[in-house]
Amino acid sequence: MPATSIALATDPLLRFILRRADDALVLGHRLSEWCGHAPMLEEDMALANIALDLLGQARALYAYAGVVEGAGHDEDAYAYLRDPADYLNLLLVEQPNGDFARTIVRVWLYSAFMDLWWQRMTASKDAQLAAIAARAVKEVAYHLRHAAAWVVRLGDGTPESHQRAQAGLALLWPYAGEMLTSEPDEAALIAAGVACDPETLRAPWLGRVKAVAAEAGISLPTTPFSQQGGRRGHHGEAMGHLLAELQYMQRTYPAAQW
Amino acid sequence: MATPRFPLWEVFIRSRTGLAHRHVGSLHAVDATSALDAARDLFTRRNEGVSIWVVPSASLVASDPGDKAMMFDPASDKIYRHPTFYEVPDEVGHM
Repeated sequence: MPATSIALATDPLLRFILRRADDALVLGHRLSEWCGHAPMLEEDMALANIALDLLGQARALYAYAGVVEGAGHDEDAYAYLRDPADYLNLLLVEQPNGDFARTIVRVWLYSAFMDLWWQRMTASKDAQLAAIAARAVKEVAYHLRHAAAWVVRLGDGTPESHQRAQAGLALLWPYAGEMLTSEPDEAALIAAGVACDPETLRAPWLGRVKAVAAEAGISLPTTPFSQQGGRRGHHGEAMGHLLAELQYMQRTYPAAQW
Repeated sequence: MATPRFPLWEVFIRSRTGLAHRHVGSLHAVDATSALDAARDLFTRRNEGVSIWVVPSASLVASDPGDKAMMFDPASDKIYRHPTFYEVPDEVGHM
């Protein structure tokens, strides 16, 4: 495997798959940054478990992307040999972890959406995507339960934990809307029943998030969903740093294995 | 860190339906729900179980090691309590 970056085809199905695979890989990487640093051993393992689930989802999606593209790219090629502008993940998942509360709030916002999304994808007309969804839907249900319970515990906990949960939500909220929108090149896939239209999940997602926020005693920001662009490869500064760490070994020692 | 906010919990896992729950370890958690979550994340990562019990360690009543002689030694010479004097027919299999 050469160290030079790969070029991507513009096939809509390929890009649809890569967008979700990149979400899972990047959030999984962010959560893995907590390994050895979480506030308690039990949570250290919990976050690592979620990170591994996400990595597994990313891997399954990348493997299928390789089949769809037909250019001989495997999971490693997609993960290690693309530049930031060719990564198509949500801006939400690439944001730095911040403190524990912000990390948990992000898992909650993302999982509350993905739980609905994967449920819908189990009925995808694409058999391979439906099969990946059937496994992912069980994993994300637990991620949501775990994160939502923490949001309630933090929001309804001490003044400091409440303040941190509220601050994390305020910071991440502008990025959350990108999940709820589709890209123009996904319209045909949605019409064909291959992809799920995220717009139809907006109301149920908001309902779930509102319910947990109410129980946690935190308020949903009224700021608009102003930040997007990740789906088209427009990333923030943090993404370059993240990929520098994620890709370092393969870029420095091409085709290295152990 | 067994503070009042992070009490200790004992974890019991049943590996298969039909078997009994077995003690596998302990953990710290703020409440029963998070204890159950943590038990799942710590002790069932490799398909170890199909059911979990968590019990506050403070709820366990344990025998005193100092009472060992009184509690357990008298049983050591009652060999007639072991069913070793019976012929078990082969058809019975494992008892």
